[in-house]
Amino acid sequence: MRGKAVIAGVGHTTYGKHPGRDRIDLIVEAVRNAVADAGIEKAMIDGVLVKMANSEPSILYGQKVAEALGIRPKVGGSLDQGGAANIALISYAAMAIDAGLMEMAIVCYGDTPRTGSRAVFHRPRGDDAAYGWYSTAAGYAMIHQAYKQEFNPPDEHFGAIAVQCRQNALDNPSAHLRVPLEMDEYLAGKYLVEPMRRDDCCLVSDGGAAVIVTSAKRARELGIDKAVPVLGFGQGQESWDVHLRPKLTRTMAETSAQIAFQMAGLGPDDIDIAQLYDCFTVTVLQTMEDYGLAPRGLAGAFALTEGISPDGKLPLNTSGGLLSESGTPGLQLVIEGVRQMRGDARLQISNADTCIVSNQGGSMHTHATMILGTAA
Amino acid sequence: MTFPAPVISEVSRPYWEGLADGLLKYQHCGSCDERWLPARSACPVCLTPDPVWLTASGTGHVVSWVVYHHAYTEYLKDKVPYDVTIVELDEGPRLLTNIVNSHAGADLLVGSKVGLAIEIEEGVALARFRLLQERDES
Repeated sequence: MRGKAVIAGVGHTTYGKHPGRDRIDLIVEAVRNAVADAGIEKAMIDGVLVKMANSEPSILYGQKVAEALGIRPKVGGSLDQGGAANIALISYAAMAIDAGLMEMAIVCYGDTPRTGSRAVFHRPRGDDAAYGWYSTAAGYAMIHQAYKQEFNPPDEHFGAIAVQCRQNALDNPSAHLRVPLEMDEYLAGKYLVEPMRRDDCCLVSDGGAAVIVTSAKRARELGIDKAVPVLGFGQGQESWDVHLRPKLTRTMAETSAQIAFQMAGLGPDDIDIAQLYDCFTVTVLQTMEDYGLAPRGLAGAFALTEGISPDGKLPLNTSGGLLSESGTPGLQLVIEGVRQMRGDARLQISNADTCIVSNQGGSMHTHATMILGTAA
Repeated sequence: MTFPAPVISEVSRPYWEGLADGLLKYQHCGSCDERWLPARSACPVCLTPDPVWLTASGTGHVVSWVVYHHAYTEYLKDKVPYDVTIVELDEGPRLLTNIVNSHAGADLLVGSKVGLAIEIEEGVALARFRLLQERDES
């Protein structure tokens, strides 16, 4: 599948607070922007794939979105994989287009947990709630603790991720949080669920985002010369809940990346830029190591010495990530990866030919990886 | 918000009734010898139904833990800071629990030996644990 599918256009709303707006309204705005970005007619879209809204799962959601978009798709529906779903949907779109089921798909997401309900992130976790087991954050804190106990990293290894993501968001007009964060402020932050501090945790944001997927051939026919090729994609899933995993510090992100690398004919050393799902700082360290971008236990050391800034060895989350651009689950990372490969990113990295993007969900249960390249 | 009492099903009833009787039970597959918690209707390895309930020795060790400094619901406000800890039983199954003498997690280490210390909360018997060797304070 290497290079057969492209991302022909991207669009999004601003991120942060959208009081009074419906999540599907945010999707419509994002799609309107993506259609304009691609320079296509909406009528060309014959696939509508939407990630289930975190804060209000519902049946036939994909059809509600398609109705709001005024599209009668050949292929449509919604997917729940938690935060891995957006890249998974892009890969399913690529394969369905290749199989001739449709020609051009919109993959989209919108939600309003900031001004609406964030109860989903604070929820009791089944019968274990009797022991005080609540929230999404706690599952990651359990992994953060296991990582600390196994590798004994200084807290600065986690802080390096939070500080860089904030730095990258400071001049991003769409970003939710543009208040500078220094390492000493990170280290002075109060624990939320120890060992995780406030600034280890991503934002809770309202926002919508959309990307347009089509075949490289169709994009050429339409003269979309800034279409970005999808070089590889893969998935992998932990089924065991966090506490049942044989090893908390290894996940199926590794498998997800290996499949994507194999499809792309590339390896970790070939990657120029990374947009990694940073719902929590430990997720980034873990993903870097699962992907082979840094040795086990040393992703934070890599960040501090080799560099993850736009000038560093591996520029990371160049628009601010979930930690600072938007807490929405993952499409913003894809969109930034596309912009970097087109050469029109706000913090543009020069001489970059590849960008790897990760999406993941649950408590590192679900993983989806995508590798983007530059237009031929 | 009140105490989130477990939702007891026909599958999990022996587990909760065991705790009320002072026993920690886990499930065992007679077909493939897998042992696990939480309660399921079939073995998660070979899918054989009707697993057998066995009684655990009550000893195990710490795998990982967290300490809540934020109360996610009203009834937890009097409990913070409190630990939630993964314990692996000597028989193999794992569970989420609290360590009653961990000083809000401060005394925990990976591999710390723990023993069952059932506590009744809001009328529900919970499988809490106690550190068997408290850290030397001197």
